[in-house]
Amino acid sequence: MIEISNLTKIYKTPMHDVMALDQVSLKVEKGEIFGIIGLSGAGKSTLIRCINMLEKPTSGSIIVDGEVITSLDKKDLRHARQKIGMIFQQFNLLSSRNVFDNIMFPLEISQVPVNEARQRVGELLEIVGLTDKAKVYPEQLSGGQKQRVGIARALANRPKLLLSDEATSALDPQTTKSILKLLKDINSRLDLTILLITHDMNVIKQVCDRVAVIDNSRIVETGDVLKIFSNPGTPTSKSFINSIVKQELPEEVFQSSAIRAGRLIRVSFIGESAGEPIISSMIRKYDVRANIMYGNIDRVKDTPFGNLVLELSGEERVVSEAIEYLHQQGLEIEVLNNA
Amino acid sequence: MLEIITAIDLNSWLTSTFGDNAWIPQKILIATWETIYMVAISTFLSYLLGLVLGVILVITSQNHIAENKSVNLVLGAVVNATRSIPFIIFLILVIPLTRLIVGTSIGTIASIVPLTLAAIPFVARLTETSLKEIEWGLIEAALSMGANTWQIITRVLLPEAKPSLILGVAITTINLIGYSAMAGIVGGGGLGTLAYYYGYQRYEDSIMFITVIVLIIMVQAFQMIGDSLAHRATNKGR
Repeated sequence: MIEISNLTKIYKTPMHDVMALDQVSLKVEKGEIFGIIGLSGAGKSTLIRCINMLEKPTSGSIIVDGEVITSLDKKDLRHARQKIGMIFQQFNLLSSRNVFDNIMFPLEISQVPVNEARQRVGELLEIVGLTDKAKVYPEQLSGGQKQRVGIARALANRPKLLLSDEATSALDPQTTKSILKLLKDINSRLDLTILLITHDMNVIKQVCDRVAVIDNSRIVETGDVLKIFSNPGTPTSKSFINSIVKQELPEEVFQSSAIRAGRLIRVSFIGESAGEPIISSMIRKYDVRANIMYGNIDRVKDTPFGNLVLELSGEERVVSEAIEYLHQQGLEIEVLNNA
Repeated sequence: MLEIITAIDLNSWLTSTFGDNAWIPQKILIATWETIYMVAISTFLSYLLGLVLGVILVITSQNHIAENKSVNLVLGAVVNATRSIPFIIFLILVIPLTRLIVGTSIGTIASIVPLTLAAIPFVARLTETSLKEIEWGLIEAALSMGANTWQIITRVLLPEAKPSLILGVAITTINLIGYSAMAGIVGGGGLGTLAYYYGYQRYEDSIMFITVIVLIIMVQAFQMIGDSLAHRATNKGR
């Protein structure tokens, strides 16, 4: 759906040039929810704006749905934009129009006949669950409702791609959840590809299939969300995951385990394996004692994802064999100390 | 227009009420009407062009939807130059032009020319200020939907700035009331002429006094109307 190659964006200022994107390449498949996560200033906002050319890239190319968006003339670009929906952190609704007319706006731009447009707005209001708010003005809506209007507006021209620019960053956790649920819902119901940027790993965890981690104007890691959760490849990814999954153990745990001379390991369970009694079969098979130091189970999109920190003690050789066994069962193992 | 006022038999009423001094209220009524007439028409005409210039000033500015450095620079310079000429001098400077357009440089109709010309750059700057207050996010959203420049002007910029634009009209009107009094000194008609010829040159203090009162009331009225219209435009749906 989206193919970005060697995208570079340099902001020229009188004093010095600022590199916002440095040779970014990325591929987003049709129908997936793809997340780009990065701290503020990492370049994610520039990246998403390049996709509909709100920012003109300095070099590189972007193909959206088979169309080289970076080389369209003005008129064709406007047409292409009508097929790319976008939602914003600050909602950007017109205060001079009520909910109904805000959703009408993109249909006016694409010159859809009025009767057809009005009917379409009715459908959209239903999709986002705001039928009863049609005549209300934006300032009387809550943040979540405003974003629902934003989503309805973005979907008006039946786009194939939805760009989400920190769409939940101004919302509380509860509202964020409901907006993310709506995005997931329209993704599957309308066969809509969604590209979202965020600084919040929870958003990635809840809705994304794949994720790219952007740091300092470069993509440092791309992959399945589950893969990155269980085995983050870069310090940046690790710190994002740590921000929501408690991975850092208290110092005392290490000290006490050092006294008892056990071996601390972290086991990550993904999907199916989270439901299987692998640990108990390990204990039965090998002569080791397992002490549970910490454990939690979470959900990454629709897949259970668990984390368990164990202290294994026993004969050195047997403990190693036991760890090897867990490996073979397809679990991600990280040895935290080597007593 | 004056015929309308006299048609309701105002004269006989004035004579019966004010006796020998009946000419005073009569003059004041006529002059007030002339002022309103002249100000209303110049406000309207100055908005025809000033609004357009204001929009152009905004959209051609840096990083805006129709960025154009040279147009912006030239237009900005012309607007500033016109605005820096004191109105009383401007009034004299445009006399040849006024004669060309209206055929005379004296009277209410003739005053409309300098009033309008002086107000155009003022309106342009007011409009520019109003439109610049609009959050860039709204324009960005419209761009992301594939809107063209005209659609953004007519569907985003002007409607979103409406309350502020209405206040601008009130400010312009009030300014023109002041300017029209100045035009009165050089025979422009209206309350200015009345105050100058009768109040100042013929020492009719009462005329001077009443003229000032009428002007104060007029300014108050326009400001109140403007405020309430702007308020209504802002609080849509509340």
